[in-house]
Amino acid sequence: MSNAPNPKQFDCAVIGAGHNGLVCAALLAGAGRTVLVLEAGAQVGGASITREFAPGYKVSAGAHLLHLMPADLLRTLKLESHGLQWAGQQLPTTALIAGAPPLTFNHGVSMEGLSAADASALGAYQERMRRFAAAIAPIFSGIPPRLGTDAWSDRLSLLRMAWRIRMLGKHDMRELLRIGGMNVYDLLEEHFDSAALKGALGFDAVLGANFGPRSPGTVLTLLYRLAAESAAGDTGLSQPKGGMGALCEAIAKAAVAAGAVIRTQSTVARILIEADRACGVLLESGERIDARQVISNADPKTTFLKLLGAAYLDAGFVRRVSHIRSQGLAAKIHLALDRRPPFAGVAEAALKGRMLSAPSLGAIEHAYNHAKYGEFSTAPTMEITVPSINDATLAPAGKHVLSAIVQYAPYALKQGWGSGRQRFLDASLDVLETLAPGLRACITAAEVLTPADLEKEFRGSGGHWHHGDLAFDQILMMRPVPGAGQYRAPVEGLFLCGAGCHPGGGVMGIAGRNAALQVLNEPRHNDVMTS
Amino acid sequence: MSGASAAHPEELDAIIVGAGHNGLVAGCYLARAGLKVLILERQPYIGGAAVSRRVYEDFTYSNCSYVCSLLRPEIMRTLELPKFGLQIIPYEGGCTMMQEGGHLALYDNHDALRREIGRHSKRDAEAYDRYSRDVMRQCKFIKPLLMREPPDPASFKPRDIQELLYLGRRLHGMGEERMYDTLRFWTMSAADFLDEYFESEIVKAHFAGSSIIGTALGPRSPGTAYVLLHHYMGDIDNTVGAWGFARGGMGAVSNALGASFTASGGAIRSAAPVAKVLVRGGRAHGVTLVNGEEIKARLVISNLDVRRTFLETIDAQDLPDEFLHSVRNFKIRGSSGKLNIALDGLPRFPAIPAGSPSTRGDMHVTDTIEMMERAYDDWKDGRWSRAPYIDMLIPSQIDPTMTPNGKHYMSVFVQYCPYQLADGPWSAAKRQAFGDTVINTIARHSPNFKDLILHAEIRTPWDIENEVGLTEGNIFQGELTMDQLLFNRPVPGYAQYRSPLKGMYMCGSSTHPGGGVMGAPGANAARAVLRDLRLAH
Repeated sequence: MSNAPNPKQFDCAVIGAGHNGLVCAALLAGAGRTVLVLEAGAQVGGASITREFAPGYKVSAGAHLLHLMPADLLRTLKLESHGLQWAGQQLPTTALIAGAPPLTFNHGVSMEGLSAADASALGAYQERMRRFAAAIAPIFSGIPPRLGTDAWSDRLSLLRMAWRIRMLGKHDMRELLRIGGMNVYDLLEEHFDSAALKGALGFDAVLGANFGPRSPGTVLTLLYRLAAESAAGDTGLSQPKGGMGALCEAIAKAAVAAGAVIRTQSTVARILIEADRACGVLLESGERIDARQVISNADPKTTFLKLLGAAYLDAGFVRRVSHIRSQGLAAKIHLALDRRPPFAGVAEAALKGRMLSAPSLGAIEHAYNHAKYGEFSTAPTMEITVPSINDATLAPAGKHVLSAIVQYAPYALKQGWGSGRQRFLDASLDVLETLAPGLRACITAAEVLTPADLEKEFRGSGGHWHHGDLAFDQILMMRPVPGAGQYRAPVEGLFLCGAGCHPGGGVMGIAGRNAALQVLNEPRHNDVMTS
Repeated sequence: MSGASAAHPEELDAIIVGAGHNGLVAGCYLARAGLKVLILERQPYIGGAAVSRRVYEDFTYSNCSYVCSLLRPEIMRTLELPKFGLQIIPYEGGCTMMQEGGHLALYDNHDALRREIGRHSKRDAEAYDRYSRDVMRQCKFIKPLLMREPPDPASFKPRDIQELLYLGRRLHGMGEERMYDTLRFWTMSAADFLDEYFESEIVKAHFAGSSIIGTALGPRSPGTAYVLLHHYMGDIDNTVGAWGFARGGMGAVSNALGASFTASGGAIRSAAPVAKVLVRGGRAHGVTLVNGEEIKARLVISNLDVRRTFLETIDAQDLPDEFLHSVRNFKIRGSSGKLNIALDGLPRFPAIPAGSPSTRGDMHVTDTIEMMERAYDDWKDGRWSRAPYIDMLIPSQIDPTMTPNGKHYMSVFVQYCPYQLADGPWSAAKRQAFGDTVINTIARHSPNFKDLILHAEIRTPWDIENEVGLTEGNIFQGELTMDQLLFNRPVPGYAQYRSPLKGMYMCGSSTHPGGGVMGAPGANAARAVLRDLRLAH
């Protein structure tokens, strides 16, 4: 760092202290940039916060388990020395089936209660999917190349992609190119008999997606998730002590330790442009902050249409941005319980992990059918955790918290969320009651966060977990839109670092890391001029 | 005559199993190259699913395929089909009628359609220019690929690498922006793609219609956008009547192909069902008919779908397990039904102004994408759509040879209808109930329609399978999904019309570029055969 810090003049201003914004800030500060992070909320973390939803009961507002953040990123940021502790690691996944014993499966361990054919098919299936995931993981975690340019770096990067897929061998390569365009329903039908197994495996393909299992492209979303896990080092499911908020606090500490400044309750109103270049931001308070580079953790629609303004962009680009499909379909339900939830036949170990209620592919598809028309199903599917089992600090002594991601809850509900909210909660509780008879009687408080709530609370357009659907036409260099697929906006000095960029959402931090690399790739404006 | 068969003048060069349009096209090209070709057909008539039949009195039904839209013009020219009697009469209009009255009229002419769209939304009329430009651009990209052999990306053979490079160059030549557009277009759903252009439901529903015909997908399924191309394929070839009726019904296409084939020296035997392909030492060398007769040939080319070809006419022991596994996993799903209706007169459609050409082409009654998607949801649950999407035509208005004077023939294509019902097998009563659903759907838009019905032939996917021999009655011989296109069609590693058996080829719609009465698979297969015989490049 050369220049004496001026409180209003920074190398980099990061808009939003979500986990990606914080990762980006920490890495930039670590590389010697002066960095200011501006967060509109009262605490850092964006949607990855831990908050009290009933007196004494705390829960992660968004994602409730960590499995996608690369192990080397955790090490680089030295998060454990900044206070990150684990309440649970290598947690299992269990498929709950009303009226039948649950099926628990872990990485590499076959499920019990399956037919011999399914059990052996599962081993082979997981082995192969992991091979595919490992092959695409580097593509997944890198900066996507541009297409059709004459730059050697782009060409090399594309060739490297092709080569990695070619190196799978003829047989696997052909299979990957075939299933890559398939739907997960057909893929699982090709391999398994058990409806419960197929439901559980298929659920991961549509979690957070605007798809049902029969939608083509769901094998891609599944491979995407597996590739993310592979890129993260296949560390399995973990639960940070203190919830997701604690993870973000640790990243924030790492950023501050590296020299970044974080200001909360500072809402950015505009990105400032001078001489066709981003030069800082204007806060809602009227305060102006100068920065050579502006990095937005906000979703692309908010960044381009609200903070920057269409006037600085060409019409085609604006049209592309406005067409990003970013209406969320996942809701969160939080329950305060006066005792341990009575899940029938679920062992202690399983209760510590994630539990899926997706009894069959047909059940997921039916739940999705409603969402297509702005309705919700009376039998939603869900991913359930009881984080207080692993972490007693989340609830008063002897009490518990249940956190569930429930699908599908369309952002634009036809009947409106005003009247829909209670009905949606009732439908979800009906499902939960069949899995844990007597659960209703344990509830002392309940909270529903619909996509509309998520939009309002976390300022993400459409309340989408990934800041935009994960689908063929919104991934890689087409994410968020062509022309901004490498974390760079078409306006010089402006960058994106959020889930709207490749590789998307989930508490992963890769977008933040890649954006930092791109920011550092840009020659420093002043250096060029003064050298 | 080719030197190849001169040594044994009696021996056939090739047997083609099935006289569907692709079998006939392949036969024509091979016979023209001088090969001695015999086509064997199970039915007493040729044409497969492109037939004209008299099922009721003097009415001619195009009782399976009903529109001549995709037949490659180069095939039509090379095989001199007009000379052999094929005459295509263009649609004069078309329409989508709305549930609450009103309609969107369809015109071939861009400006006329633009004005009509403007009647529903001014903004959409402007968007229509952008839309047709963008879709046309994709047409220009895809067109040359239809008549090429897809490369095998897992192969290092010079020919495959050369074809891959060709593809790469064509993509690269589009420029960066257009490349992204192309990737998106090929992977998006029709609904999402149309949402990027139009606001009016009726306009979106009209365009989306073609994206679901014959497929077990809904308009919201990713990968359906590219089927929107079909509306434009004709324009790009600059042929009048790209969407048109074959005079005398679709059988006229097959008959012209048959005549062209026999004029080149080919022979057809109908009512000669093939039981098995003869295989010895990993090589196909003829067929056995159901009656036990053996016919030898140097090559066998199957026009049947890939599942029938390799699971029914060839013993499993003669094929590699991995190949069989892939064939079993090839998705062929019945999703469409068909009604052929003899009418005592012309039905009235109050939504359409009198004298409008809108009834003289394709008529539809689905006015929202949601309605289409809900129709698909029914199919997923194993029942026919309660409010089906229909593509309805009255060809006898334009081709009076099809019916007695003053009477009419209506062809109604229905989407969706499952091959297997959730509540058990098809029965006569269920078939009738399915037919009634369709008839009632039409009657809601035409008060005198029911009274005019003289006869209705109702065909479920199950019926189509049994009569035509298409697995599950699928009109494309296999789903046109991303995992079953290009180098994946029909199965990875065998997308080049050849099979694991020497001398055994495929020429049906199960192969690239797939179905519709296009003829491209047949022409491409013939080229592959001729190349292997060193008679072509």
